[in-house]
Parts: sequence; structure tokens; C-alpha cells
Amino acid sequence: MSNRRLPFSARIIAYIGLLLLYVPLAMVLIQSFNANKHGQTWGGFTFDWYLKLFDNAMVQTATVNTVILAVVSTLISTILGTLLAIGIHRTPWGKKMQNFFDMSINIPVVTPDILMAIALVSVFALFRSFTPIFDPGMLTLIIAHVTFEISFVVLVVQSRLVSIGKDQIEAARDLYASTAGAWFRVILPQLSTAIIAGALLAFTLSLDDFIISFFVSGPKSTTLPLYIYGSLKRGISPQIHALSTLIFSITLFVMLIVSLKGSFKRKKRHKKSI
Amino acid sequence: MESVDLHIKGIQKSFGDKAVLKGIDVTIKDGEFVTLLGPSGCGKTTLLRIIAGFEKADEGTVILGGEDISKKSPAMRDINTVFQSYALFPHLNVYNNIAFGLKSKKTPKEEIERKVKAMMGVVNITDLAKEMPSTLSGGQKQRVALARALVNEPDILLLDEPLSALDANLRKKLQAELRDVQKKTDTTFIMVTHDQDEAIAVSDRVLVMYKGAIIQDGSPEDVYEHPVNRFVATFIGEANIIECEKISDKLIKSAFGELVVEKVPTWPMDASGKKCGGVAIRMEDIHVCNANEHFENNVFHAKILERIFRGDYWELIADFGPIKLRVMTDPDEIYNPGDEVKLYMEPQYLQVLED
Repeated sequence: MSNRRLPFSARIIAYIGLLLLYVPLAMVLIQSFNANKHGQTWGGFTFDWYLKLFDNAMVQTATVNTVILAVVSTLISTILGTLLAIGIHRTPWGKKMQNFFDMSINIPVVTPDILMAIALVSVFALFRSFTPIFDPGMLTLIIAHVTFEISFVVLVVQSRLVSIGKDQIEAARDLYASTAGAWFRVILPQLSTAIIAGALLAFTLSLDDFIISFFVSGPKSTTLPLYIYGSLKRGISPQIHALSTLIFSITLFVMLIVSLKGSFKRKKRHKKSI
Repeated sequence: MESVDLHIKGIQKSFGDKAVLKGIDVTIKDGEFVTLLGPSGCGKTTLLRIIAGFEKADEGTVILGGEDISKKSPAMRDINTVFQSYALFPHLNVYNNIAFGLKSKKTPKEEIERKVKAMMGVVNITDLAKEMPSTLSGGQKQRVALARALVNEPDILLLDEPLSALDANLRKKLQAELRDVQKKTDTTFIMVTHDQDEAIAVSDRVLVMYKGAIIQDGSPEDVYEHPVNRFVATFIGEANIIECEKISDKLIKSAFGELVVEKVPTWPMDASGKKCGGVAIRMEDIHVCNANEHFENNVFHAKILERIFRGDYWELIADFGPIKLRVMTDPDEIYNPGDEVKLYMEPQYLQVLED
């Protein structure tokens, strides 16, 4: 690593950047413990907002909704996305058709959410004229989330598939594995990390989504982002700060675990190589 | 063990409108080490893939031990392959890579363990069992790939340019090992390579392929000493080619004089009524005469143009007037550019080519 220090001006700019990133987050954290409801001054330390948050039935329903939505949509999109990636990879109709499929997967990724949302709303409206199960609610939310998550799963899994190469399948076939055996014993194990990465991406996207959920959710299927947005209209309550702090802490915790696990693995490998 | 010969009959294969194999007929005997030698694009890899079952031939049959296996999938053939890229399974350790085929065949666990361990001994990788492929060197990967294929005791082992990814020294070492393992396991080896030194060094028999056909089939000595045509003569060992016209069965005329040959030229007559073709002579077969040597024929005066140091020999460029030939001399025979020399070409070394 280079020992050369950055020039003073560059360091100042870097610190300003860090400040801009973390001061707002720190503000939220401080305000969540501030007894003064309006937050202009420090009114003393309190856990009140957290207690009220845990008593808030709407927050609880929104949390449950968000988790159910994220888990179910991730499961469905991961399974379908993996199959789709494999299908596109093995397209029997030539390179042109494969490129066409690739593009049709990429388009939802680059389409603005608002467009996706309006498109989904109109499709659901059309379906609703046949059956009421497409009334805004959990089902429409799940369908909508799967629709945009699936593309991301396909992209992640596909990039791994391309790197695996066809000689792996041939080697498995050469060593007496059936077609299914070759997939289960050779390809899927190598895809597993990509599938998990795709699922994590889908999960985060689902948790984070506001625009699409806003358009397709019903009164009984409010998610956390929708709840927060709704409560903002009544002014920012410190409960929202408490909620945000919790969400941020959970994210931080997960990241910490992942990076610790990573460095533990590296150390183990390092030891072995010595 | 009964003998399991491989018969390849009338194999044709095209990709689109490009004919890659144009009717291949060959028999490979049980226990032979055969090399398919040719430049890239000659169809050698396609032929290997047809034998393995990864490609289906458009025409023709592959018969192994009396049974037509043309329509069988690779998984149903007692043939295993060492891939050019090794294609080791990166998520399995060395032991499980080697055990893969036996596990597919539902071999009992104790037997798998016994066979895998024995095979790891044969290819000298006993202490690598727990290693992952990503931690192995090129030579180790090569040995694992070999063990993974051979542990299944196939009738035939196919090797697709197995040593091409290794550096020159290691390649030499592994060539010897490959030969050794082939003798130990008494398995038919069919190897594809574009490296003529490798083909000559390891195989019992060389099939030279060019443009989708086998143009010469013989022992390494045979292919080297008696190339049938220009392509083989220049591809294997870079022989000198002399353009000649037929005078009689034993006499031909070159640009620098008449040459006596042993083999009767079969060159076709051209439009002007002449029968012209090529004669090949290797640079080590041109003899530089000293003052008291005399030969009846095939002696020519030439002038040395250049002397090139090749390590264990000198390469001379000799000017015969109309053409220049390359001549090999021992390190202790010093000829300098400008020297006038007498060169002798013994009739038995003058290879009359088909074209």
C-alpha cells in the first residue's frame, strides 16, 4: 500500500463528503432519543419513542406486511429468475433469439419505476374486470415485486452461468452423470453463490421499494416505506426516527456479520496456505 | 481382458455448409497410443468429440468392441476424456473430482476409495486429496484430470491437447509420464495435438489430418522419414522441398541438376506434357562432403550463404543457384558464409512426394 498521504485540500473534501453522508443519519439517531418532540432543542434522553413505536399497531402490521412481501416475492423471483437464466443460456433457437431474450430481461431494469408502476396498475385494472382477486392488496404487491425483482436475479445468475462454460456439463456427462445429475451435481453447486446474491438483491429491492408499492398496494397491505411516507404528512414524528434508527441498525448488523464472516474465512485460508 | 478395438467407418460431419470431416475410416487397436496430428481447423478435435459422443456424425459409424455406439450418449460410453481446459469441477476437492465418475456409476464406497487412492498413486498426486482445484498448479490439474478419467477404467481415453497449456519443460516431463501411465494402465489413448514433437515423442501411431481427412497413417518414424506429400513434409519437421520434373522412374530433374531417387514418382502429367512434383529432404539428410569423399551421383556444388546457431547443431543456408536449401551440420564442423561446398543427397533420403 502506498504511504503517500493525500494533499490537505483533498483530505478536507473527503471529510466533507463523509460528513454529508453521515450527519443526516446521526441526526436521525439523536432525534430518536430526544424527549423534545419537535426536536429543535435537546429535551433530555428518552426511550419513549421506541416504546410508543412498539405499541403502534400500524407499524407492526406494516412491518409484517413488508417482511411477508419481501420473503415471498424473493422466493418466487429467485426460483423463476434462476430457471429463466438457465433457459436463456440454453436457448435452442440461436444467438439472435438469445439476444432478444437478454434485452427483454434488461428493459425492466432500466425502465423508470414510475412507468413500471403505471403499467402494472393498468394491467391489474384490466384483470380486475374478470376477477376481484386482483383488487389492490398483498397479491398484486407480490406480483408487482416479483416482476421487477426477477430481472435482477436473472442478470446475476446469468453472468455466473456464462463463466461456468459448457465443458463442465460435458465433463459431467463424460463421467456418466445423467443430464439432471450434471445440473444438480455440477452446475447448481457452482451457481449457488450467484443465486444467493440474486436473492439478497431481490430482498433488498423489495424492502426498499416505494413507488411501485404505492401504486399497487391496497388499504390492508401497507408496507413500511408506505407507512413512513403516510405519517410524514402529519409531520415527522420521533417514532419515525426510532423506526429509521432500528432499520439502519439491523442493516449495519447484517453488514457487520457478513464482513466478519468474510475476514474469518480469509484468515482461515491464509493459515492453510502457510 | 478381451480386446476392444475401435472402428471408425465413413465418418462425415459438416457445420453449416462447411465440411469438417470428409469420410474418416480408421481402426484403432486395443492398447494403442494414437495421436491425431494436424493444424487447427483440420477436424481432429471434431473427430475426438464424435468418438466421445459430444457431437453426432452426419454419416458413418463408431464401433467399439464390436458394438455400434454411434447413437449412445457420452454417459453411456466406456470412453473418458481429458479436456483441453481440464474442466475440473471447481466446487469439489481433488478426491471428489476423481471419484465423480465412480459415484455416477453407484460404485460401493469402499471400492471408490480404493480405486481413487490407487489412481492418485499412479499419477503422483497422493498428497493433494483435500486440495481444491483453484489451488493447484497447471501440471497438478493435468494429473487430476488424467486420474479423474482413468479411474473409471475406460476402454479408451481421449486427450484433447492435454499439454498445450503448460510450459515447455513441464510439457516434456508430462509427455514421458503420459506414456508411462498409458503403459501401466494398458488403455487405448487417443490424443489430439497440433504439436508434431509431442506426437512423435509419445505415440505408437500418428494419424496426420489435413482439411478433414487423414492423409497419412503410420508410426512416428514412418511419418517423419517418409512423408507422403508436401503438407506432411513441411508440417512435421520442416523438410526442404525441391521442385522436380520426372525424366525416368529413377531419375528426376531439379533446377540445379539431375537427382537419382529410389521411389518411382507418380506425378500426374500437366498441360505441357511434363510430370512435375516435389521431393522432400530433411536438413539432417544433406551431407556436406569433405575433400576425399566421392559419390557417383546426387552431388552438387553450393555456396554457404548463412550460418545459424541452433544450440546442438548449425543450420546452414546453402545457395544452389536457383534455390536455397537448409542443411544441418554438427557443432564441430565449421563452415562460414561464402565457403564453396559439395553437398550429397543420398537417394534413400530423397522422399518423392505424391504432389
